[in-house]
Amino acid sequence: MSNVTLNVNGTTHTVDAEPSTPLLYILRNDLGLRGPRFGCGLGQCGACTVIIDGMATRSCVTRISRVQGEITTLEGLVKDGTLDPVQQAWIDEQVPQCGFCQNGQIMTAKALLDKNPNPTDTEIREGMAGALCRCMTYYRVQAAIKRVAGGVVTGEPVAAKGGVE
Amino acid sequence: MTTFTSNPRKLEEVLGMQDSATSRRHFLKTSGFIVVSFSAAAVTGTGPFAAAAGSEGAGVQRAGPYPDPDFRQLDSWIVFHENNTATFYVGKTDCGQGTGTAFRQMMADELDIAYDSTSLVMGSTDVTPDQGGSGGSDAIQRDGWPMRRVAAEARRVLLELASERFGVPVEQLDVSEAVISLKSNTSRRVTYSELIKGQRFDVTLTGRDVNETTGVADVKPVQDLRIVGQSPMRYDIPPKVDGSLVWAVDVTLPGMVHARNIKPPVVGATLRNIDESSVRDLPGFIRVVHKGNYLAVVCEREEQAVNAARRLRVDWEKPAVAPFPTSEELFTYMRNAAPTSRSEPDAVGNLEAALERAAMVIEAEYDVPFQGHTAFGPAHGLADPSDGQMTIYSNDMKSYGMRTGVAEFLGMPRDRVRVVWMEGSQAYGRTAADDAGFEAAFLAKEIGRPVRVQWMRDEETAWDTKGPAFTFALRGGLDAQGNLIALDYNAQAADYNHVGYNEVETVLISQLIGTRLATPNSGRAATPSAMYAIPNQRTATQVVRLPMVWETPLRTGNLRDPSGPQVTFASESFIDELAAAANADPIEFRLNLLAGSTDDDSGFKRARSIAVIRAAADAYGWDTRPSPKSRGTGTVVTGRGIAYAFRSQTVVAEIAEVEVNRDTGHVWVKRLVCAHDCGLIINPEGLRGTIEGGMLHSLSRALHEEVQFDSEKVTSVDWRSHPSLTHADTPAAIDVVLVNGDPNPSRSDLPPYGAGETVCKPLIAAVANAIYDATGVRLRRVPFRDERVLAEIKAAAV
Repeated sequence: MSNVTLNVNGTTHTVDAEPSTPLLYILRNDLGLRGPRFGCGLGQCGACTVIIDGMATRSCVTRISRVQGEITTLEGLVKDGTLDPVQQAWIDEQVPQCGFCQNGQIMTAKALLDKNPNPTDTEIREGMAGALCRCMTYYRVQAAIKRVAGGVVTGEPVAAKGGVE
Repeated sequence: MTTFTSNPRKLEEVLGMQDSATSRRHFLKTSGFIVVSFSAAAVTGTGPFAAAAGSEGAGVQRAGPYPDPDFRQLDSWIVFHENNTATFYVGKTDCGQGTGTAFRQMMADELDIAYDSTSLVMGSTDVTPDQGGSGGSDAIQRDGWPMRRVAAEARRVLLELASERFGVPVEQLDVSEAVISLKSNTSRRVTYSELIKGQRFDVTLTGRDVNETTGVADVKPVQDLRIVGQSPMRYDIPPKVDGSLVWAVDVTLPGMVHARNIKPPVVGATLRNIDESSVRDLPGFIRVVHKGNYLAVVCEREEQAVNAARRLRVDWEKPAVAPFPTSEELFTYMRNAAPTSRSEPDAVGNLEAALERAAMVIEAEYDVPFQGHTAFGPAHGLADPSDGQMTIYSNDMKSYGMRTGVAEFLGMPRDRVRVVWMEGSQAYGRTAADDAGFEAAFLAKEIGRPVRVQWMRDEETAWDTKGPAFTFALRGGLDAQGNLIALDYNAQAADYNHVGYNEVETVLISQLIGTRLATPNSGRAATPSAMYAIPNQRTATQVVRLPMVWETPLRTGNLRDPSGPQVTFASESFIDELAAAANADPIEFRLNLLAGSTDDDSGFKRARSIAVIRAAADAYGWDTRPSPKSRGTGTVVTGRGIAYAFRSQTVVAEIAEVEVNRDTGHVWVKRLVCAHDCGLIINPEGLRGTIEGGMLHSLSRALHEEVQFDSEKVTSVDWRSHPSLTHADTPAAIDVVLVNGDPNPSRSDLPPYGAGETVCKPLIAAVANAIYDATGVRLRRVPFRDERVLAEIKAAAV
């Protein structure tokens, strides 16, 4: 075990773990983050996706010793209590079914849209192809991405949409 | 020494609820009968997504005994809070289709309270009445009725209280959004919470079982429903997209440790020796636990358990007999296997004589492989053994069955075991046989600390429950005018020892330990659901078994309409083959068969079948002509196909439009149309999402999914070897038409039917029929992977 320093959602953390430990387990078990999830441990499904320096990254196959940059998780997309437009579009389109994969869908879409704010249908299909969903919400995911690209997200604050039911 | 919990955690704490502790309150007596009182046993909260409602209720949670909430007590279902909000408690679980939102809509409507003033707790065995969890697409169709009736009863009781308070008959009162007022003077008003004063209902309900639970109030006629039929956004979606929801995988407990299973490398192998020295010195190592052929390693940290499970050296002895044929040999094996059960065939008319005199006889064989549930999130469970009780945090869709099963499995009194249902990856029947929860409980009892079990990807994909493989042989006879006069349907289903509902003898750990049933479950399989008029008909299904019955990854369970996609693929493909042989349009051919039917038409199912087929055709813009269409000369050819099915009283027709690449064999389903009639619709937008997901799930089964195995083990073990539909394959357009084909859709008792699975049935056939329309090539073997389609195209020289 050794001390490893990680920058996550704007905060610096030092954890005591084997340097070979996949980032996913540190984020979940040591830092208590719930966005990234275990789906395959093989980098095949996208459940564990985080954004590191703008790149959608599979945290289940990323050793903590290799992480250099700033890590953003699903929780970190919420800024000053306001959802990211991508998250808001997911609500507007009522995308999730069970929702277990949606961290991968949202984080992959966020990285895609940050690089390419107006993706074509083909670019969306190709850019999202590695983010799997067994409830098969792909059709609505693609609609939500187009909603963000088209600038028609309501962008209401979390408290109005997410906090009260 | 690690310290750990000395008490099981409170439900509210785990779910992020507010503290529900409150002071003892007095009974309130009115009209000589107690209607609201304090109830000490139940735990209440405002729900994980609740508004800042002050919550009432006891909040006294001990380490058991855990109660069975009494479904005949109104306060088991509905608790009011001082801010005029209510929490509903139902014994269901939401598999991701938004049924929780629908339950709130139905109950809020009957109670006359705003949807936003309600919250919901589901599926936790000690706080919600046992409605069995989810399964069978019956959440709305069956379980919604007692929910509506108890809410109507609560409204009635509240009106009685207001009547007494104002000294006027109930008929002179109005109620809206949890406020009761005098019709004659609306300034005289009282809220529900002012009437209840922080107490609980003490109202006894009746009913032989939970499904029949009722008070004396009637539910509202359909015309008076205001929230039902609207599409409030699903309450569970915001916390799922901002990361705030606590899922079953997120629960942590003080002193919690992590376990990983080690499965036999060859199916049916016997565990002979464990070399514990191979892991003993690894950091965080706690114990290797084994019993029979069940083997797990437990470590302090998750990554340590993953590592230790990989490194543990184990000697296994191969079984004397191969557990199953290879997946390549499967269908030949099934066709030649002696059946283990043979249902008496349904016979109408004289099949053989009709085939003898038919102008044309068509024959075809179809094959569908084993297909896995293949949950996106592998099985998981967390068990807390503190204080001589056992609490399991689980996404088990049938949490009540797990509670009973685990109690029996561990030899614990049932009232010392509870299951807290929480959101998880849904797998459309997989968690009805929830192995990880049983394993976590077993290990927690062994270790004496809370244990979290997480299956790995290869373990889940190889060892989860499977939808059964089928082979089919059909014959059909057409007369000289192209009328279908004879149909012979024969199916063989590899569905022996179908495991189901968390029975202690059938979960995998029981099988591996050896505490399993003396006699395997006999098999079963559903038959196709069309109601076509065919004067001479014979329908027969045989169940066949594979050599290994127990401890096998080819164990069958309920996969989203357990036999429907398979049998409908055969039956609705064959109807298309007959239509083509008769040179008839596929829709006209079906409509003629339906119009001539004299079958029992309860629920107007025949009329509604005709209605959905017509609605789908209209929405698609169907051009009436026989299949196949005349092919173009390009690399990519297009076609369309239809299929129809019903489940119980829900009827659907689906049209697929495909592009087939003749050079690669790649099939893209470009557009899907579904016309869907499930009677009364609770939440149209939620229903659309369910229909889209269900169709695409079946599309994945049509194009990609197949469990592959050699004679020793499953070899399709991850998303590369077991591919699934991706964004790249997604249709460009999905059109859903919600039909209500009831001759009187305004009738006051219009019932809702189940909508979770019917759409899964016809989709594979619709795609096969579209491929035939595009290419003239009939695909009779699922899935339609590129190489298989290309081989068929080349063989037909298309």
